[in-house]
Amino acid sequence: MNTCPEILRADHATLLYGNSPVLRDVSLSVRTGEVFGLIGPNGAGKSSLLRVLAGLQAPDEGSVQMEGVNLAEKAALWRAHRIAFLPQEAETLPPMAVRELVSLGRIPFGKGQSDEDRLAVEEALQQTRTLEFAHRAVTALSGGERARVLLSRALAVRAPVLLADEPIAALDPAHALSVMNLFHDLSRKGVAVVVVLHDLALASRFCDRVGLLKDGKLVSMGAPADVLTDNMVSTVYGVTVQRVCNAVIPWDLI
Amino acid sequence: MTRHPDRILLITLTSVLILLFGLALVRGETALPFLPALEDFLVGRDTVGAVILGQLRLPRALLAVMIGGSLGLSGAVLQGYLRNPLADPGLLGVSSGAALGAVLVFYTGLAGAFSFALPLGGLAGALLAVVLLLGLAGQGGVVSLLLAGTALTSFFAAMTALTLNLVPSPYASFEIMHWLMGSLADRTMLQVWLCLPGIFLGSLLMAMSGRVLDALTLGDEVAESLGFTLKGMWGAQNRIVLGSALAIGSGVAVAGAIGFIGLVVPHLLRPLTGHRPGRLLLPSFLGGAILLLLADICARFIPTHTELHVGVLTALTGAPLFFWRVSVLRKNGS
Repeated sequence: MNTCPEILRADHATLLYGNSPVLRDVSLSVRTGEVFGLIGPNGAGKSSLLRVLAGLQAPDEGSVQMEGVNLAEKAALWRAHRIAFLPQEAETLPPMAVRELVSLGRIPFGKGQSDEDRLAVEEALQQTRTLEFAHRAVTALSGGERARVLLSRALAVRAPVLLADEPIAALDPAHALSVMNLFHDLSRKGVAVVVVLHDLALASRFCDRVGLLKDGKLVSMGAPADVLTDNMVSTVYGVTVQRVCNAVIPWDLI
Repeated sequence: MTRHPDRILLITLTSVLILLFGLALVRGETALPFLPALEDFLVGRDTVGAVILGQLRLPRALLAVMIGGSLGLSGAVLQGYLRNPLADPGLLGVSSGAALGAVLVFYTGLAGAFSFALPLGGLAGALLAVVLLLGLAGQGGVVSLLLAGTALTSFFAAMTALTLNLVPSPYASFEIMHWLMGSLADRTMLQVWLCLPGIFLGSLLMAMSGRVLDALTLGDEVAESLGFTLKGMWGAQNRIVLGSALAIGSGVAVAGAIGFIGLVVPHLLRPLTGHRPGRLLLPSFLGGAILLLLADICARFIPTHTELHVGVLTALTGAPLFFWRVSVLRKNGS
C-alpha cells in the first residue's frame, strides 16, 4: 500500500460540453510515487479528466487541487513547473531537430541555456531511447519514434506530476514495455504518473492503481486486480473476458 | 540548443543591412560629395547636400528599414502563431483598413489640404480595423481570428472599390491607384515620426512573443501546460494581433500596401533558424528591412520614365523566390 502524500486531487469535478456532461462528479486523488492508470471505453471522459487534472480546463463544478491549492487560483507558470502534460494527438510538427523539440519542455524555466536545462534534455532523450536520433528532423521519424520524442519533451519538464494521454498507442511491444517500465521507475523516484491506457494487460501489470471511467463517471478505483474483475470489464466495455495462459503477451525487454 | 548558427546569421544580416543603408544614403539621382554633405547635415548647416541627405535619402532609408522590418517580423509572428507558413500580415484586414482610410482622404480632397492628412487617415483606418478585429475575434481562437480577418479584408476592399467607383475625377482615382501600389518616394522625416510609435510598440509586442510561439509548435494545449495564457483579454493572441496590427497599420498608412515581404522573408529564413519560431523573429525583422531597402534602391536606380513603385518590385522579386522554394520542396519530396 502506497502511503506517500497525495499531490493532485479532483473534488466532485463535473465538466460540461455544451449542456451534456462529459465528467460527472469525479473525485480522485493521485499520490506521489504511484502510476495511476485511467481506463475506460472510448468517449468515457478519460482525456477530459486528464485535461481537467492538468488545469487546462476548469471544471464547471467541483475543483482540482495541486498540493492542497486550488489550481484555478494559481498562475499558469506555477502550474507549468509542477505538471507536465502530454496530449494524445500531436500537432503537425515543423521539421525541427529532435533535441531542439525536446528542449521546448524547458520553456517554463527560462532561456533553456543552463546546465540543468541541458541535463534535463539529455536525460529525457536517454529515458525514451531517442538519443540516437537526437539530431534528426522530427518529421523524418516514424510515428512510434515521434511519440517517444514527444514523451521526452514532457519528461524534460521534470515536473513532480506527469499526465500522459495514451502515450503508448503508437508503440511496438518492446517500446511500449520500455515506456511502462520508465513510468514505473519515475514513480519510484517520487513522480506521480497519471496515464491513459487502453491495454488492460499493461494497465494491470504496471499501474499501482487504476480508475475506470464510463460515461463521464468514475465507476471504480483501486488496485488493478480489484477493479478489473470479469464482471466489471464486461459491464463497462461490453465484452466477455477470458484469462488464458497461451496468449502471446510481450513481457520483458531482452 | 546551440546559439552559434544564429549568431552567424544575425551578424551576416546586420552587416548586409548596414551596407545597404550606407548605399541608400551615399548613392542617389544627384551626384553628391557624401562626406561634406554628412558633415553639413550633422552640424546642422543648411546646404543643398545636407537637405538631400537629411530630408530625402535618410527618411526614405529609415522608412524602408522600419516598414520592411516590421513586415518581416509580422510575417514570422503570424506564421508561427497560426502555424501556417502561408500566413501574411495582410490577412488580418489591418492593411486594407489603413488603405481605405488613406483612400477616403484622397476622396474627400483632404490630401491636398495638409501634408500629413494621408498618413493620419491611414492610421485612423488601421486603428478602426484593429478595434473591429479584436472585437470580432475576441476571446475566440485561431479560426475566429482568421474569419474576422478575412471578413474585414473583404469589407475594406469592397469599400475601397466603392470609393474608387464614386471618385469624381479620373485624376484622383489615378492617384489612389498609384498610392495603393506602395512607395517610399518623397517621404520626409514627418512620416518617419508618424509611423515610429506604432511600429516601435507593435514590434516590441511581437518580439516578446518568441517563447509562446516556440511553445505553440506543440499545440495550444501543450503551450498552455507550459505556462502560457493564449485566449482572453491579456492572452498571447491579443498581444500578437495588436502588435502586428499596430506595426502593419502604421507602415501602410505611410507607404501604402507593400506585399510579399511578410510572406517570403520568414519562409526563406526558417530553415536557417532550425524551424524554431522564436529564433526566426529577429532574423525576419532584419531580412524584411534588407529586402525593402534593396527593393527601394532598385526602384530609385532602375532607369524608367516614371519611378517604379517599390510595392511592385517586392511582389516581382517575391514571386520568383517562391517559385524557387517550390522547386526545392519538390526536389526534396516534402
